[in-house]
Amino acid sequence: MVVPLEHVIALSLALFSIGVLGVLFRRNAITIFMSIELMLNAVNLALVGFSRYYNSVDGQVFVFLVMTLAAAEVAVGLAIIIAVYRNRQTVNIDEINLMKN
Amino acid sequence: MSLPLLFYIAALIAVGSAVLVVLNKNVVYSALLLVLCFFSLAIIYLLLEAYFLAVLEVFIYAGAIMVLFLFVIMLLNLGREKALEHFKYLQRGLSIFLVVLFFLGVFLLLLNDSSALHQPEGGFSAGGVYSLGEALFTKYLLPFEVASLLLLVALIGTVYLAKRKI
Repeated sequence: MVVPLEHVIALSLALFSIGVLGVLFRRNAITIFMSIELMLNAVNLALVGFSRYYNSVDGQVFVFLVMTLAAAEVAVGLAIIIAVYRNRQTVNIDEINLMKN
Repeated sequence: MSLPLLFYIAALIAVGSAVLVVLNKNVVYSALLLVLCFFSLAIIYLLLEAYFLAVLEVFIYAGAIMVLFLFVIMLLNLGREKALEHFKYLQRGLSIFLVVLFFLGVFLLLLNDSSALHQPEGGFSAGGVYSLGEALFTKYLLPFEVASLLLLVALIGTVYLAKRKI
């Protein structure tokens, strides 16, 4: 490998943690979606790293499926955001509390 | 330029742009920085010899998904987010603490106990489109077909949700 596996996993961990912090800190629904994309990419990176390390194509097949899932998730999620914005004129998740209580 | 150096530069760009994605108040800048992050991840995939996935990363993530994001941002006409008024320091501190705990936990576990890792001998032969396609259409044929069903469901669901009146 070009670098040790530990470094790839450390990078993946760092990106995942940044994504988690983004979901926890931001109140804008679109930024939260971007953070989720970041987390999915971090997992993809770990899968590619392990696939390279163990010389197996299985990890790359999983990355392929995760990319499909991410595309579907973003399409549905952004449609939900548009529907919510049409009804509430906001994408701030603190103000979208219809189901609270 | 040596390849490990290229990896570390790409990793630095990826982490830096990811941090800016989370911290930036302007959603459009966040989206463009996320594209930068995806490109550096594609470089890392190339260095890890996952050539087809590097191309897919640029096509699907940087191409399709981010264009979708930018279209929605344009449609919703989101400007700068108002400054995050009420800082909830306890929540923020707690979430930073838990995330750092998670990061350090997995990281130190990885550093201390890497005895479970046994790299097989021999060269790497699983990065190209040939081996990936062979695995997709033999061993993973059912998940592949289910993924197409998932895309169909997402298509119908998106049209249903985004349409004003059915």
